[in-house]
Amino acid sequence: MPYDSILNWIKFTDPMANPFYPYIKGGSAVYNLPYDIGHKLWELIGGAIAWLVNLLFPGNGVSTFLVGNDMFVNLISIVLMVVVIFAVGFIVNITMIWEERKILGRMMDRRATRIGPLGYLQNIADGLKTFLKEHITPAKADKKGYMWAVTILIGTSVLIACMIPLSDRWFIVDYGTGLLIIFGLFAIAPLMILVAGWSQNNKYSLIGGMRAAAQMVAYEVPILLVFASVSLLAGSFNINDIVHAQANSTWYIVPLFLGFIVFIVSAIAEAERIPFDLPEAEAELVEGWQTEYSGMKWGLIMLGDYFRGYIACALIVIMFLGGWYVPFISVEQQASWLPEIVFLLKVFLVFFVFAWVRAAHCRVRTDQILNIGWKVLMPLAVINLGITVAILLAGGILW
Amino acid sequence: MMPDDRTMWITMGPQHPFSHGLWTLKIRADGEIVKDAEPVIGYLHRGWEKECENRTYPLIIPMADRLCYSASMTWSHVYCKVVEEAMGIELSDRAKYLRVVADEMCRIQSHLMWLAAMGTDLGNLTVFLWALRERELFLDLNVKLCGQRLTTNYPRIGGVRNDMPFYFERDCLRVVNRFEKMIWELVAMMDESSIFLSRMQGTGIISRKDAANYGLTGPTMRGSGVDFDIRRDDPYINYDLLDWDVAVCKDCDSYGRYKVRMEEMFQSCDIIRQAMAKLESIPKTEPTRIKVPRRVPEGTHFARLEDPRGESLMYLVSDGTDKPYRLKVRSPIFVNVSASKHFVNGVRIADIPAIMGTLDMCLGETDR
Repeated sequence: MPYDSILNWIKFTDPMANPFYPYIKGGSAVYNLPYDIGHKLWELIGGAIAWLVNLLFPGNGVSTFLVGNDMFVNLISIVLMVVVIFAVGFIVNITMIWEERKILGRMMDRRATRIGPLGYLQNIADGLKTFLKEHITPAKADKKGYMWAVTILIGTSVLIACMIPLSDRWFIVDYGTGLLIIFGLFAIAPLMILVAGWSQNNKYSLIGGMRAAAQMVAYEVPILLVFASVSLLAGSFNINDIVHAQANSTWYIVPLFLGFIVFIVSAIAEAERIPFDLPEAEAELVEGWQTEYSGMKWGLIMLGDYFRGYIACALIVIMFLGGWYVPFISVEQQASWLPEIVFLLKVFLVFFVFAWVRAAHCRVRTDQILNIGWKVLMPLAVINLGITVAILLAGGILW
Repeated sequence: MMPDDRTMWITMGPQHPFSHGLWTLKIRADGEIVKDAEPVIGYLHRGWEKECENRTYPLIIPMADRLCYSASMTWSHVYCKVVEEAMGIELSDRAKYLRVVADEMCRIQSHLMWLAAMGTDLGNLTVFLWALRERELFLDLNVKLCGQRLTTNYPRIGGVRNDMPFYFERDCLRVVNRFEKMIWELVAMMDESSIFLSRMQGTGIISRKDAANYGLTGPTMRGSGVDFDIRRDDPYINYDLLDWDVAVCKDCDSYGRYKVRMEEMFQSCDIIRQAMAKLESIPKTEPTRIKVPRRVPEGTHFARLEDPRGESLMYLVSDGTDKPYRLKVRSPIFVNVSASKHFVNGVRIADIPAIMGTLDMCLGETDR
């Protein structure tokens, strides 16, 4: 149990004996941290409620049901785990937005965020403001599409964030086909953006939705090819396996530098960030497919955008920059640190590049973005796949 | 519409991020391609010309400032110029060079405002903020010279309101020298970015012939290779005594217009420096403003000068009283925007802000 020293404050019951424990991995003693936190929280909250109920109505079955029923306790623990994951994801997102605003402020020679220490609370204030804004649904909009598109959009974005581990003990699910599922969930967004753009009954949002669909379809193919090359090299689609394979050999940015470049460009396009933010090009399309959204719906869209930005950065770190490990130091030694912090620092570093690109570049045109996708990134991704196959034929990474 | 016609009309404006003011560009779009366009103006019409008929001549100067917020100096200048020509007044040399300095400062800050707007049109906020940062210093100079940032109210019929304040020359040269250094940051930001070049080069092409036929003026025309500048070809306020070049670019596209404006800013710096040197040699005792009569003799007159946006012209009909009988304004943007249909025909929707941004729209003078 490498993390025993850090997690001593939580008194674990044996999670492996629990049939509802979501982590299944060869009986290794690595703990699933969010789940354990959720479990511990319910121990506290549920225990307190049970004690209170028992105090008021002694001898009833409610308290035993609250804390003694395995199935109920696990259900509540999973709900709490989701809350924990969302809270962490939310804080990471807020930090990323804060980072971007600070960097942009520096680069643009202006003040950035002001509220709170170092301006960190500005985003909280801005987020709370959207609660006070009026919800407007256009009279001629398709109500169902208008509502559900944004719901599914933010839902899938958070769902992918759940698939991204912060370390090999902090994740919710650890599928063998993690990368493929992430890719599949990523591909839902363009459809939902198209629905959102179409349902608003607004010409700008319709054009924005169409652009989003065209752009994302064009950039998903190179992304899939890069995924393929990385998983070929690692021999697995599983995210933990990919990170461990890099810890054992070398960061994949070295052999797959081409793939790294292709992925970082495609990821910026997928996250709709500034050189490629045509679907919401505010100069010609007002706000693109988000034009008619207001209030908290718009706030959720923005949050979803940054979730996707976070996912893009996290995937770059996982696939090319060695995940939560630092090079030249043995994995065992690093286990006593906080690998989550290492991982998040790397993510913020990659996001710095995103913000830098945003500060330095203009928006490209619709035909140019498709040209870049199909005529430049696509061949490069294929060459990258060829390099991967050549490395594998030569017997893997030898150093 | 025909049943197989897949085009749709999109009304861009009057409140639209690309329009930089209140006007509408109706476009007929086939997917992303613009098939037809029609500019609609008039949202900002405030009866400027009619209002002038009820005011005495000096009272119109601050109103002329409000024709365009970023070119207020040249607009009040052209008004003073037409009245002076009607009265047959010759300015003192000191007033002339002060007007040169004020006009060129106005040109630089107006072009910087255009550059900032161009940055947002292309989605680059850094250019927007850097350009406004540089512009701020010229506005500070305006404050020193006239006491106002935008609506300067500086030219007077028969001269200028006041001489330079103390240390103005030093401050002005400092700002100009700094500006010439700092503008290279912006040039590096734009000219060395292949994305910027790919957005600008080869879009919004107006041939030399079209530029002449549509009556385009100013940087828009010079970006199409027409070598004409009123400051050189119909000189006023001693521009002919200064040594400078007219910025002309034969590219005929958005990039050409961009190059012309950037070059004009450098030329303006040169002009300011030379005018300052000339002012040095003129004794401070020379009046900056001469006394003029209240009434303008009967007749018609027109005066034109080189506005940052093109050729601004005022036509004055005087009936011998102290109020103009009619004052007609020829706005450069009114003419330029009339050609917008030709500008945007066949381009993609994404190119519309990039192309119309190079016109440097200003609706105050267009609608009047």
